Amino acid sequence: MGGYGDVKLLNDDGSRLDGRAIDESRPVEVKVGVIPVADGSAWVKHGLNEAVCAVYGPMEAHPRKIQLQDQAVIDVRYNMAPFSTSDRIRPGFNRRSREISKVTAEAFASTVMVERYPRSKIRIEIEILSAEAGTRCVGITAASVALADAGIPMRGMIVGVASGKIEDTVVLDLDKAEDNYGQADLPMGIMPTTGEIAFMQMDGDLSMDELQQAIDYNFTAAAEIHDIMEAALRAHYDGGDE
Amino acid sequence: MKGNETDAEPRLVVPGEVILDHANLNPGCGIINSADGHIATRLGTLKDNEGTLHVQPINATYMPRSGDLVIGYVEAVQSNLWFLDVAGPFNALLPMSLAPWKVEFGDARNHMDVGEAVLARAQEVDESHSVVCTMKGVGLRKISQGHIVNIPVQQIPNLRGENGAIIQSIKEASDCRIIVAENGRVWIDGDSAGIRVAAQAIKVVTSTGHRPGLESRLAASFAGGEV
Repeated sequence: MGGYGDVKLLNDDGSRLDGRAIDESRPVEVKVGVIPVADGSAWVKHGLNEAVCAVYGPMEAHPRKIQLQDQAVIDVRYNMAPFSTSDRIRPGFNRRSREISKVTAEAFASTVMVERYPRSKIRIEIEILSAEAGTRCVGITAASVALADAGIPMRGMIVGVASGKIEDTVVLDLDKAEDNYGQADLPMGIMPTTGEIAFMQMDGDLSMDELQQAIDYNFTAAAEIHDIMEAALRAHYDGGDE
Repeated sequence: MKGNETDAEPRLVVPGEVILDHANLNPGCGIINSADGHIATRLGTLKDNEGTLHVQPINATYMPRSGDLVIGYVEAVQSNLWFLDVAGPFNALLPMSLAPWKVEFGDARNHMDVGEAVLARAQEVDESHSVVCTMKGVGLRKISQGHIVNIPVQQIPNLRGENGAIIQSIKEASDCRIIVAENGRVWIDGDSAGIRVAAQAIKVVTSTGHRPGLESRLAASFAGGEV
């Protein structure tokens, strides 16, 4: 949302600058078990975004003051590698990474069966290796696969997807230019198997009709990405898709 | 939502997968009931156990249960108790009153120090997963010889085999005493050649135990180990 409304983001034929249709997502690849020492891990490539996620636990929650007596704590650490963008990022936590860690943890607290593990902690480490708009969504997708790989019980896998508005047109899956110079961005965490929304944020302005259109795009894309996640898990453990 | 065919053999399910067939079965471990039908909550193999549908997880953390035989490592010592790492989310307590020796207050470290291994039994596990272990019981002891191998807890049934057939064949081939603890630790006690044979065979079971033809692979492992 850079606010530069005069930047042209749609071609004359209605397609986007990278040639995608307005309801077309960037290609997604998923790999499972990329970090052998972790209890569960996954690598997700979504367009030029790349995220690696490792899951550890359930383990004793430390420090003790964070323990909950009736459920586990989801501890998420989202971090962008200094080399993940063209301008080097200062290493370490910042306001943005804290916010994303918090909303991601809250999203997973709604789907992971935390009540099974009182006083415990489930640690989710998300590292963004390459960033091109939509890294929080890629991180959520990677974390879902890694949690499944770790054998953590949950009601469904959350898929991170985003839609937005450019040149008064609702489009699916914003790339970097569209994210920087577009009018709105709507990242969501969706559980396609139950149709529930675990996480939703919005930046910019959308009318009710545009919002509904963006949500519809997100649900359609989430179902497709969910199939890719499922196929990756089956390929890793079952030797191929069913 | 895939893989809803009636299965003649166990199949892989992923969290959130709706299981449309088997609606007549009761939901067991790893399954929740919803308006849409049974839903798998873990990644694992779908199994039907006498009318109960459950998911045998591919990866799982050991969650102690009362009565479990466990192998623990002493992680810390206090005047009157030991803290044992039993490969679960929390350390287990072993109070001196449940040790097999008469321990004076403040003398616990002289009986068992940090890093030593014990064969113990989980006596009490409460709802918040606090575990109290005991070493009072037949066969429970401090482990001072042999070798301890770690295996994933979900591989324990594969290692035991039907009616203990697999573990018995490993014991016979290696001429070792082997104790499989519920927390995924296996104590092998015998001479060094036997320990090598047994450890290799356990590796074969844990890496390929889910595939058919385990007996022939084990036989090959025993032959290789004896050379």
